[in-house]
Amino acid sequence: MTNPLIVNAPEGLPFVEFEREFDAPVEAVFQAHRDPALVEQWLGPHGYEMEIETYDFKTGGSYRYSHRNDKGEEYVFHGVFHVVRENEFAVQTFEFEGFPDVVSLDHMTFEDLGSGRTRLRGYSVFPSLEARDGMVASGMERGMSEGYDRLEGLLPSQTGEA
Amino acid sequence: MIIDPAADDRLDRAFAALADPVRRRIIARLSRGPATVNELAEPFDITKQAVSRHIRVLEQAELVTRTRDAQRRPVHLNPDRLEALTAWIDRFRLIHEQQFRRLDAVLDSKQGVGDGAERREEEK
Repeated sequence: MTNPLIVNAPEGLPFVEFEREFDAPVEAVFQAHRDPALVEQWLGPHGYEMEIETYDFKTGGSYRYSHRNDKGEEYVFHGVFHVVRENEFAVQTFEFEGFPDVVSLDHMTFEDLGSGRTRLRGYSVFPSLEARDGMVASGMERGMSEGYDRLEGLLPSQTGEA
Repeated sequence: MIIDPAADDRLDRAFAALADPVRRRIIARLSRGPATVNELAEPFDITKQAVSRHIRVLEQAELVTRTRDAQRRPVHLNPDRLEALTAWIDRFRLIHEQQFRRLDAVLDSKQGVGDGAERREEEK
């Protein structure tokens, strides 16, 4: 069983938010965001290799990484971790180097639900509605260029154990 | 895929329209066929005027159309518009779903290890 993902793009505002629960304790979810070796295993769109240049998930830390597909197309991102509070909260800047100077502010809240469950909430603020849609669209494209149908086909098969 | 600004604008209006639960339910109702304002208002505990306002928002977002069919003026869904929209939100969702399913897998394989065992201190 997969936990549902709730996505919301609020009315007339340059925000996107999501909410997702995990069947894992908050420490584990946080760790999967902090440890670059783990981050590399899940962050980014399907079909892309993530390569981390810098990833220092702590207050004042920074990151730079790329997603590359088998056609050699590479998308580089960087930003700083403004605040990171263990097992609780993180806020970071996010910039796609293909759209320089358009920076979003990504908030993440890690909530301990007890019984080894965690709720992750994400909240991104963009400089404009245009930036939100442009950034989301470009992010989408990376994932989508491999083919929507194929991805859809892949999803149910990943529902079980790793 | 670069979206042109006009398309972006329409997308924004459509998303704004769909940000409201009443309007989403109206859309859901219309997906089963056209309906009058009275019919649409029925399941809601709000005034017909309020429902009319919701329909106007949906109309401006081009998600629904109304025919000048005598007094009935039934409301129709605009499937093309909705489809374009669904694609946008679905893609956003899909990307995140894939990503979080991979995170699920990472967490599965890490159970017990990530569970507080690998604490590092935040600052040194």
